[in-house]
This record gives sequence, structure tokens and C-alpha cells, in this order.
Amino acid sequence: MTDMSRTGAMRAGLGGGLMRGMAGTVHHVMPILAVLGVIVALWYAASVGMNRAWTLDQAERAGEELSAGEVIADAMNQERPVLPTPHQVFAELWETTAGEPVMRERRGELRGNPRSLFFHAYQTLAPTLLGFLFGTTLGILLAIGIVHNRAMDMSVMPWAIASQTIPILAIAPMVIVVLNSIGIEGLLPKSLISAYLSFFPVVVGMVKGLRSPGAMDMDLLKTYSAGTLATLLKLRLPASVPYLFTSLKVAIAAALVGAIVAELPTGARFGLGARLLTGSYYGQTIQIWSALFMAAICAAALVALIGLAERVTLKRMGLAR
Amino acid sequence: MAGDPEYRMADPATQPPVIEAKNLDLTFQTNDGPVHALKDVSLQIDKGDFVSFIGPSGCGKTTFLRVIAALEHPTGGAITVNGMTPDEARRNRAYGYVFQAAGLYPWRTIEKNVKLPLEIMGFSRAEQEERVRNVLQLVDLEGFGKKYPWQLSGGMQQRASIARALAFDADLLLMDEPFGALDEIVRDHLNEQLLKLWARTEKTIGFVTHSIPEAVYLSTRIVVMSPRPGRITDVIENDLPKERPLDIRDTPEFLEIAHRVREGLRAGHAYDD
Repeated sequence: MTDMSRTGAMRAGLGGGLMRGMAGTVHHVMPILAVLGVIVALWYAASVGMNRAWTLDQAERAGEELSAGEVIADAMNQERPVLPTPHQVFAELWETTAGEPVMRERRGELRGNPRSLFFHAYQTLAPTLLGFLFGTTLGILLAIGIVHNRAMDMSVMPWAIASQTIPILAIAPMVIVVLNSIGIEGLLPKSLISAYLSFFPVVVGMVKGLRSPGAMDMDLLKTYSAGTLATLLKLRLPASVPYLFTSLKVAIAAALVGAIVAELPTGARFGLGARLLTGSYYGQTIQIWSALFMAAICAAALVALIGLAERVTLKRMGLAR
Repeated sequence: MAGDPEYRMADPATQPPVIEAKNLDLTFQTNDGPVHALKDVSLQIDKGDFVSFIGPSGCGKTTFLRVIAALEHPTGGAITVNGMTPDEARRNRAYGYVFQAAGLYPWRTIEKNVKLPLEIMGFSRAEQEERVRNVLQLVDLEGFGKKYPWQLSGGMQQRASIARALAFDADLLLMDEPFGALDEIVRDHLNEQLLKLWARTEKTIGFVTHSIPEAVYLSTRIVVMSPRPGRITDVIENDLPKERPLDIRDTPEFLEIAHRVREGLRAGHAYDD
């Protein structure tokens, strides 16, 4: 019962966000479909081009002669193709989402079903959201510090920039291994990697946002003898809200990347990153591509949700006309 | 935060001037060397005066207003506001300041914008409501409280910003070219309204402008300033009657004063270049 309702809620949440995103862009649908058609056609062409060598090789070994049509049909439907075709990827996506329960009974317990892509997505989304929350909070606090304190202004920004120049693939294993060695496992290490990637756009955006009020706006508060706190609450923070949302969209996508990357070095068993990794171990290209698509769908849905929150918030603040 | 009420209780005859500036100097250090924004400026403004500051750009009229408001600090000379230093006076809520642009916060409704100083100064909620209602009525904006700034015309926005400056009952109103960005018809209308508001509230007003008719129409005294260095070249008493319909601007008396202002500006070599 719980598994059913959870799946339902998840689907409704994702679907709802996408539907609203689409409703606003109905008049753009035709161009999008045209581009999509071109992409799919190119994709099929590339699949056939890359997979036919294997087909021909197999046929030669078997001593068979294949017609051009047979070569194309085979190249489009291999079990482990170099590049899976769209229908293979979407069939896999469908089977591992609609075709599998998210939870299943195992050893008398209800556990996540590792055959369900929703379950893997959830394993990645949970640290993504937690890390996004950490990163956003840290980013806002750092930005407030930078704007109000000259020493922080001079010192924090270079470090924040330096932190982003270190490849996350180098940092992630160290963080995970170190935390594992002191007994912290699971959600937290992954979300720390997410936070590490997502705080940066928030810092940059919020510093700009908090500094966006003009000299006159600041002078006005001075004439009321307003203190630093009142200036922050009444002017700087409200003025920075549009900047915040722009940053959040970048941050949440970065958080998702962070969570996926965090699954790679430790050989995590669950999550989209784990799915990518096992796919590559066993040459399951279709599985890799379906996991990639799921990651992209998640990112799109998260960004769409923030876009929705942005519209609602700005409208309520009277900033959207 | 409570103001020092003593100066208000003083005998009117010996009442200290609202603003008293003596030999005020202000030099800005810029990359191109020092700029003398104010040089040897002495001026007294009494309670109930409507004083206009007129002069070309760079003559220091806005700087002087900002010194009164403690937004700039003089590098020489002395100035008192209500007998206090400008900083003290500001903490005692001596003045309301109206800027060139309305400067309403776009995320606040008109009502909330007027409430802004009241929130910061810690007025009770009931008192905030009461004052907002009163000042919006004073500037003829009843019924617009729930609107956002962008829903109002430029003139209405500027009236809202005047309401905001009046909300906390400062006796002194400092206005820095408040109608400069508005078209002439709206400006005439607001000038007329401002005079009525001044008569009703008996505020002391410092008003920066570069329109001669505006200065003559509004003020009891006109301070003519000239640039490089910013200084006062003439102070003209305006003895037009307090009651001033708009067509007073066609009377010989009005034109006579306007002429004197123009002469004053010319004497300061204001339009040399």
C-alpha cells in the first residue's frame, strides 16, 4: 500500500511540474517537435552507422549474406549495441519504471526494488535535495557575510572559486572514503558532494542580488537611521530574490550531478550513478542510456519546479506583471 | 529613539532656527583631484520656511541638502539641525527626505511602502495603519494603498514617496528635485498640491530645483547657488502672498522675482559654458 501511494505521489509530482511547464509553452510546441524529429532521425542514423560493424562481423562468421534491410534491422535491435536506438532506450525506460514496482517484498521486508528506475532515481534525488538545501543555506549565509564584512569579501570569494576548479571526481572519493572511515554513510556523504557543487552559484547570485539596491535605495534607509539588520531584511534580501531563483536553477542541476558523481567512486549499489556504473561494467549500454535519460528527466523536472516556485513567489511579491 | 522635545517647547521668539549653517565647506576627494562641492556656505532656515535651492548642475544644491540630512559630512564649518548635529537630528527623526525618483520598493504595495519607515522606527501596528491612512489622504492617494508602484503613474508614485516622507511626522521636509522627472502638467498640479500640503501641515521645506518658475511659485525664500566651487550667490525673499493660484505666475510681481532669480544665476556665471 505504501509503495503504491509513494509511487503515485512521485509520478504526480514529476508529471505535475512538467505539465505546467508545458502549458506555458504550447505555442512553441511545433518547433520543438521539429527539432526533436531531426534529433531522433540523426540518432537512428548514428546507431545504424555505429552498430552495423558488429552485425556484419557476426554475419561473416556465420557465413551468411545479409541484405541492406536486414543489416539495418539488426543494427537497430542488438542486445548490447555501441549506441542503442531511441526505441530500445525508451522500451528499457518503460520496463524499468512502469513495468516494475518501486518496492518489493524481500526476506519478509518491504525493500526498494533494484530493478525499478524510480527506486534508483529516488536514491539519487534524496541526497540531491538534501545537498541542495545545505548548499543553498551555506551559499546564502556566505553571501550575506561577503556583503557585510570586508575581510570575508576579500577572502571567501577566491576560495569559493578555487573550490570549483578542483574536479569533483577528485574530491568525491576522498570525501566519501573519509566520511565512511568515521562511520558516516549513506545519504549524508552524497548530499555533501551535492552541497559542494550547489553552494557556488548561490553565493555568486546572492552577492550580486544583495548588492543590487542602488545608492538611492540605500540612502533612503539611511534617512530612517536603519541599521544593518533592517537594511538586510527590508531591502537587500527582497531585492535579491530574483537573483536567488536564477542561481537555484543552476544549483539544483549541479546538486544532481554531485549526487550522481558521489555514487561512482564507492561502488554504490543503488542510485542513477550506480546504474551508470554497473551498466558500464557489464556493457549494458541500454541501461546506461536509460539511466542518463532518467537523470535528464529528473534535472528537467527539478528545474521546472524551481521555475514554478519562482513564478509564484515573484507574483506574490508583485515583481511579476 | 524618542526625540528630544525641548526645542519645540522653547519660546517662539527665541526659537532656534531649524537649520543653521556657518561657513560650510565640503570637498570630495576624487581621482581627478579635489572637488569643492560647497565653499563657505552660510544659511539660516527658520521654522515654517519654504526654501528653494536653485542653480545649475554641480552648484552643490543637492550636496547641501544631503549635508542637512547627514548623508554627507562637511569638511569644514558648522551646521545644526533643530539645534543638534545632523546625525543627532536624523536619529531624532527630524526630517523626511524625498528623492529625485520616487524610489518605491517594487515588492511593496503603496501602503507597505509608506509603512517602511514606520516599521523601521518601531511604530505599533495600529499606529502604522492609522498614519498610512492619514498621509495617503494628505497626498490624495486614498484607495491606491493596495496597488503596486508600477500600477501608478509617475506623478502618483512621487506623491506616494512624499506620503512616505511625511508618515513619521518630521517637521522638516527635504526634497531633492522631486518633480524633475515629471512632465510639466503633472508638475504644475503637484506644485499646487505641495503648497496646500505645506499650508496645512506647517512643515519647514527645503526644496532643490533647477526650474525658476517652480522655485518662485513655491518658496518663501530662494537660495541661488553657483558652481565651482559650490556657493550661495544670492538669497531672495519671496513676498508673494501665501495663497498662490497657478495663474499668479503671470502677474508682474511673480515675473519680477523670477527676473531677479535669473539675474542672480547669471551673476554667478552659472551658464558660462
